[in-house]
Amino acid sequence: MMRRLLSVFHARNLEFVRDRGTLLFTLLLPIMLVIGMGFVFGGPQRPLFKVGLLGASADARAHPFLAERYVQFVPLPEQAAALHKLTHQQIDLLVDFGAGTRYWVNTDSPKGYVVEKLLLAAEPAAHREPVTGAALRYIDWLFPGILGMNMMFSCLFGVGYVVLRYRKSGFLKRLHATPLTAFEFLCAQVLSRLTLILFVTVVLYAGIGTIIGFHSAGSVPLLLLLALAGALSMIALGLTIAARFSSEELVGGLLNLLTWPMMLLSGIWFSLEGSPRWVQWVAHVFPLTHLLDAARAVMLDGAGLAQIAPNLLYLAATTLVFLGVGAWSFRWRIE
Amino acid sequence: MSALPLLEVSSLVKHYPAAVAVDGVSFHVPEGICFGLLGPNGAGKTTTVEIMEGILTPTSGEVRYRGEPLGPRFREEAGILFQKTALQDFLTVRQCIALFRGLYTRGLEVEEVIRICALETLAGRDARKLSGGQQQRLLLAIALVNDPAVLFLDEPTTGLDPQARRNFWQLVESIKARRKTIILTTHYMEEAELLCDEIAIMDRGRIVAQGAPRRLLREHFADVLLELPRQDFPPAARSLPLRLMDASDRVEITTDDLEGTLRTLLAAQVPLTNLRIRPPNLEDLFLELTGKELRP
Repeated sequence: MMRRLLSVFHARNLEFVRDRGTLLFTLLLPIMLVIGMGFVFGGPQRPLFKVGLLGASADARAHPFLAERYVQFVPLPEQAAALHKLTHQQIDLLVDFGAGTRYWVNTDSPKGYVVEKLLLAAEPAAHREPVTGAALRYIDWLFPGILGMNMMFSCLFGVGYVVLRYRKSGFLKRLHATPLTAFEFLCAQVLSRLTLILFVTVVLYAGIGTIIGFHSAGSVPLLLLLALAGALSMIALGLTIAARFSSEELVGGLLNLLTWPMMLLSGIWFSLEGSPRWVQWVAHVFPLTHLLDAARAVMLDGAGLAQIAPNLLYLAATTLVFLGVGAWSFRWRIE
Repeated sequence: MSALPLLEVSSLVKHYPAAVAVDGVSFHVPEGICFGLLGPNGAGKTTTVEIMEGILTPTSGEVRYRGEPLGPRFREEAGILFQKTALQDFLTVRQCIALFRGLYTRGLEVEEVIRICALETLAGRDARKLSGGQQQRLLLAIALVNDPAVLFLDEPTTGLDPQARRNFWQLVESIKARRKTIILTTHYMEEAELLCDEIAIMDRGRIVAQGAPRRLLREHFADVLLELPRQDFPPAARSLPLRLMDASDRVEITTDDLEGTLRTLLAAQVPLTNLRIRPPNLEDLFLELTGKELRP
C-alpha cells in the first residue's frame, strides 16, 4: 500500500513543482496581500488616547482627569479582559476610580507613558500597577488570517481542481485499472498537498514574520501542529467536493460557495466579537474559524495545547468525516 | 495452453438509460492467444472490454479470470491500454512509467520496458511532447510495466499514420512472442487479420460471428471475389445469374466457380480490363455480417 501511495505522492509533487506558474502564484499571492495590508493599515494611528474605566461610572466633577481632551474613555466592566487589552496596547491606560484611585499602565507603551502623566497631574495619589506587553497592530492580528486564507485556497482549489482534471482527462480511469485503491489515491493527494502547504506556510511565516517584525507569543511547534490539522481538514473538504463531480462549473461553484462564507465569516479580516449569535454559530461550523481562533490564541496570547485542544479536536473530527464522505462518494470516471 | 480459459465472459448485459450496449455476450479466451473483438461504432466492443477490464460493472452476467471473479489478482496481472488516456502533466516518459511501476508489487524494470517499447531516446522527454505513435508506445509501456499475463489493447492504432501503425504491430507481435494473452479491439481489419488468432464480431450488442479468422472466412465465403469498376458494369449485366454486391465505386461478385463466372461475363460483353480477383478478407466478412449502411 505504502509503495503505491508513495508513487502517486511523488508524481503529484513533481507535477506541482514543475508547474512554475501555479507555484509562483501560490507563493506570491499571500506576500502581495500582506504587503498591501501593511500599506493600508500600517500607517500612523490617530493621536487619541484610549483609557479603560473599571467599575462603576465615575463623576467627572470629582475626577477632573475624565475631562481631559483627546482622551477617549471606554467602560470595561471585566478586569481580566481589560488587562488583556492593556497588555496588547489596545487601550493606553486602565483606571479604577473606586475606593482610592488605582491605575494600570503598560510600561512598554509610549502612549501609556504620556497618558499616565496626565492622570498623575490630576490624581497625584493614584496607586500604580505596571504591566508589560507589546502593541498589537492590526497587521499582527491579520497575519494569521492571511496565512489561513492562503491555506484555505490552496487546500480547496488546489486539490479540488486537480482531482477534477484527472477525472476529466481519463487519468483517474487509467489509475482505476491498477491495484491502487481510492483511499490510497486520496491519501497520496492529501499528503502531497499537505507537504506543499506546510512548506509554503512555514516560508511565509518566517519571511513575512521577519518583514513585519512579528514573533509568536506561543509555541511554534504547536502552531505547526495546528497548521497540519487545519490543512488536513480543508484538503479533505476539497476532496469531498471533487470526489464525485465532473463539471468544472459545478465544482467551481461549490468551492466558491464554501470559500466566500469562510472569507467573510471565519475572521480573516475582522473579529466576529459582537456579531449576532447565529453568525458566530455558522462561523464555527467552518474549519477555518477554528484554525484562526486557535492560531491567534497561540500567536497573540501564547495559548498552550490545552487551550486550543477543542479546536484541534474539531479539525481532526472534520478531517475524518470529510475523508470518509470523500472515499465513499469517490468516482474514478465520468459517469 | 492450459485447459482452463484465462478469461470467461458469461451472459454479459449492460443497460444504459437510453440503450442496451451489451446484450447477452458470452465467450472465453484461452491463454496465450490474441483475441480480437471487432464491430462497427456503437456495437458494444468498448463496453464489453471495459467490463472485462473491471472498469465497468455489468447489469448482469460476469467475467471470470482464471476461474475466479475479477479481483486483486486480476488487477495485478492485467495490463491495459485504453482508447484514450491522459497522463499526469510535467512528467517525463521515464517518470510516467515509474509512477505506474510503483503501483504493482511485481513487474519489469522501468529500463526494460523502455527498451521493449523502443523509448530509449525519448525517456527524458516531457510525455506531453510526444507524437501520436510515440504516445501509444508510452501507453503500451505503461500497460506492460507489471509484466501482465493479459494485455487489453482498445483500438491502439486509431489515428496513427501507416508507418507508426506498422511499428506498433511489430511491438505487439513481439509481445505475442512472449506468450502473453492479448485482447484487441480494432476497426482495422488488416490489424485483426495480422495479429489475431481468434476474433469475435459484435453488432448491436451481440456477437454475430466468432472463431479463427481463416475458419470464419472459409465458413462465410467458399469463394473468391471479383471486383469491377462500376462504370465497366453495364446495367443489363445486373440480370445475370451472379451474386452481386454494390460497393461505393465498384461491383463485387462472389463465386465458387471462377471460370464459369468469367465465361458468363465475357458472353455478356462486360469489359474485363480492370477486373480484380482476390480472396475475401475480414473486411468483406465484417461488411457481410454488419451491413454497409452508415450507422446513426
